Amino acid sequence: MAKYLLLKHYRGAPAPVNDVPMEQWTPEEISAHVQFMHDFAARLEGTGEYVDGQALAPDGAWVRYDGEGRPPVTDGPFAETKDLIAGWMVIDVETYERALELAAELSAAPGAGGKPLHEWLEVRPFLSTPPTITE
Amino acid sequence: MDEVLLRSLTPRVLTILVRRGADFAAAEDAVQDALVEALRVWPDNPPRDQQGWMVTVAWRRFLDAARSDAARRRRESLISVEPEAPDPGPAPGSDDTLQLYFLCAHPSLTPASAVALTLRAVGGLTTRQIAQAYLVPEATMAQRISRAKRIVSGARFDQPGDVATVLRVLYLVFNEGYSGDVDLASEAIRLTRQLTTAIDHPEVAGLLALMLLHHARRAARTAPDGSLVPLAQQDRSRWDTRLIAEGVDILQAALARDQLGELQAQAAIAALHADAPTAEETDWPQIVEWYDELVRLTDSPIVQLNRAVAVGEADGARAGLAELALLDTSLPRYTAVAAYLRERDGDLSRAAELYAEAAQKAPNLAERDHLTRQAARLNTYRSR
Repeated sequence: MAKYLLLKHYRGAPAPVNDVPMEQWTPEEISAHVQFMHDFAARLEGTGEYVDGQALAPDGAWVRYDGEGRPPVTDGPFAETKDLIAGWMVIDVETYERALELAAELSAAPGAGGKPLHEWLEVRPFLSTPPTITE
Repeated sequence: MDEVLLRSLTPRVLTILVRRGADFAAAEDAVQDALVEALRVWPDNPPRDQQGWMVTVAWRRFLDAARSDAARRRRESLISVEPEAPDPGPAPGSDDTLQLYFLCAHPSLTPASAVALTLRAVGGLTTRQIAQAYLVPEATMAQRISRAKRIVSGARFDQPGDVATVLRVLYLVFNEGYSGDVDLASEAIRLTRQLTTAIDHPEVAGLLALMLLHHARRAARTAPDGSLVPLAQQDRSRWDTRLIAEGVDILQAALARDQLGELQAQAAIAALHADAPTAEETDWPQIVEWYDELVRLTDSPIVQLNRAVAVGEADGARAGLAELALLDTSLPRYTAVAAYLRERDGDLSRAAELYAEAAQKAPNLAERDHLTRQAARLNTYRSR
């Protein structure tokens, strides 16, 4: 088994095929989308492939150290140019192919008009612990 | 209380329940309940006959569960003819436990499910412990285990299984290493040791020897900061000579039976490494011969990659690179091997590039850091 991070982007990823901003969906379409995500997570828990999933607020900030005794520096109001992560899901699956299959299913979450979003998801493998036998 | 002793009772108690007619999934749940109960009660009130206590409590749990389940009314009438608190009877032979190993490694299970079920039913670990070891939520692991139980519940309990499948599952457990609260490597050794008492098979002995020989080097494999120490640089005084001696003895007895298998050959290679007082004194020509056997037995490209390293040590880096050139560049760790052989051949700038490239492809953090350091070492050295 290997763990993969499925990343949903607010920005930075190519536009989804069904590219209508969420605030222009009907409330029922939003509910259907949210329900799809819940059902997906519940189903993966049932197959023993679910690890974690969280949604993130869109307003992130870049922060860095600015020297001894000084407050941290943030990057100011430039957030709109950044690649932003909307949320993630961590899965634990047998193969890379299975990770792709599940990511594709998640990408089919319904959007405007109840049609699949065809959203681009980023799939990143976790670095594992080293196996006992390497040499 | 000796938790390991308690856990070693699990497969026997489970087998007794199944023999009495409990279905596997229900019996397994009942045994887990009894284990939890034992952990609670025994410290203050230890039973004289531990196995008898476990059987009685587990059987009672099973009856309770069966009774409370209206859909199982038919089974209830079946078991009502059984004595209420049955005598545990004589301890069953180890052959009974063996069938449990086969069931938990059933070919219809995915490797991950087989591993989880083996740790739970044969190893007696709780779902929480297994979930921790594999870094997944307990609910996820619980589902993985229930699915596995449902799948094998239809399988016949007394069907002879495939030893190779069982060994693969145990090896997967061993390879998972040391994360979490339970030491899976030690657990795999314990289960394999137990298996050797139940089944007389040279490859079972081969796996046990292999595990012991690798486990013996455990303390030397990582530096205090967690970074990897390659075999050649390990402090050999930190190797566990007792485990090495035991592994070598087990291996020799297995090899004497003249039914060579993959695991015995791998153990033989590990034994040759363990046997060398210094890295320079390693008997590389003999290791190459064992790799030839392994290639013959498995035809695995990974084995061929390892063989190229051994050839590089036995006959020089050029010979190793020639072997490497015959292999598929997309093999895991191919680039790392190429980097190592280039460095030995004196091509330091190419080696540094390859180490950096290999670091990008490393599957885990310790290897990535190790390979990055190798690249950095060569780059710093050359720029001075």
